[in-house]
Amino acid sequence: MTRSLVSVPPTARRGEIVDIRAMIAHPMETGYRMGPNGAEIPRHIITRLVCTYGGAEVFSAEFFPAVSANPFVAFSLIAAESGTVAFEWTDDEGQTETASAEIVVS
Amino acid sequence: MRRPAARLLVLAPLALALLAGAAQAGDIAPHERRSGSTFMAPETQAMQADDTGNPGMLWVLQGAGLWEQKAGASGRSCADCHGSAASLRGVAARYPAFDAASGKPIDLSGRIRQCRSERQGATPWPRESDEQLALTTFVAHQSRGLPITPPAEPRLDPYRETGRQLFTSRMGQLDLSCANCHDDNWNQRLAGSAVTQAHPTGYPLYRLEWQGIGSLQRRLRNCMIGVRAEPFAAGSEEFIALELYLMQRAAGMSMETPGVRP
Ligand code: HEC
Ligand code: HEC
Repeated sequence: MTRSLVSVPPTARRGEIVDIRAMIAHPMETGYRMGPNGAEIPRHIITRLVCTYGGAEVFSAEFFPAVSANPFVAFSLIAAESGTVAFEWTDDEGQTETASAEIVVS
Repeated sequence: MRRPAARLLVLAPLALALLAGAAQAGDIAPHERRSGSTFMAPETQAMQADDTGNPGMLWVLQGAGLWEQKAGASGRSCADCHGSAASLRGVAARYPAFDAASGKPIDLSGRIRQCRSERQGATPWPRESDEQLALTTFVAHQSRGLPITPPAEPRLDPYRETGRQLFTSRMGQLDLSCANCHDDNWNQRLAGSAVTQAHPTGYPLYRLEWQGIGSLQRRLRNCMIGVRAEPFAAGSEEFIALELYLMQRAAGMSMETPGVRP
């Protein structure tokens, strides 16, 4: 659907709290605006972000029209095991964008 | 008949502030020059400084993809001719440059459009399109951290002088020059925004108000609309002359692309 940037530390110590960031290019069009001709600009927003770590869901968020364009989300995780941190955004047209990064825990 | 002065009443505080708060008329002393980023809230500065939180990086990423994409009659990508984008490090810091073919100055966006049409044989993207901004941001990003070094090209001098004249000429219904705000009142605030010194260090940049990336010319258009002047046309000689003057005025300051601004 678009392009995204995720930040996951490549390495961590077991039990360490690590910062995770995810940003995606999306207009987050509220549906409340009018175009130059007075016509309503249809709503087009991301509605959900899900993050999994080693296949298990560890974070999810619902987005609403008040969220800015190109939404940025940051949260923390406890580094338990080496594995994949995967992100999936879904918008109200049903399109999805995925991104992932590996973390090595020692 | 309605008197025009009545329509300007809302802007009276602005005009008063500009008269009362005059710092000093004339050029900004070199040791007082500051990037627009230094006027921002710490949170906005942190957003610009962190590549994983700076939304401008989404366009750098898009530009990196376009750099590799073959296009046009030549069937070649930017990378096919230029190799790694790092080979263009420093280029953005010395634009606008003199274009020998047309005998006129050309800005970075114009040069990229020229490469796309003449060398790649593809239709150039409109200046404010996502693609064009992405490629320009990607190329300018290669120069991040380098000092602005306007070329010592005498054929550019007359245009720089035109730019200086435009910068210091009053315009629009508010009858204000760029210098009235950016040379004489840069340490004041205007309706809550820092006026700043108008250095072009971060462009193309992500403006939170725009919710997207925009060119220097888009910023200048905003300022002209702010004083109710009719903006120059996109890519016009006037805008490029203003860009030349702004780069000269910011010589030695560091490139920040992609900047973030409120
Ligand atoms: C009425 C005062 C005023 C005038 C006149 C004015 N500007 Fe501005 N300008 C501003 C303000 C305020 C901002 C910052 C807005 C913000 O960041 O919210 C700004 C921002 C800028 C910036 C962005 C700097 C950065 O750090 O990104 C540039 C460049 C600029 N102006 C150039 C110009 C030029 C060139 C002119 C004349 C054509 C001009 N301005 C006229 C008030 C003015
Ligand atoms: C067919 C080969 C070719 C292709 C394709 C091409 N360029 Fe170029 N480009 C050139 C040549 C040749 C120059 C002139 C180099 C010089 O003057 O030193 C140039 C100059 C430039 C410059 C100015 C460099 C300077 O030092 O002033 C930029 C920026 C640039 N190209 C960007 C691009 C981008 C972005 C693309 C893809 C959209 C692209 N070019 C595609 C051959 C190409």
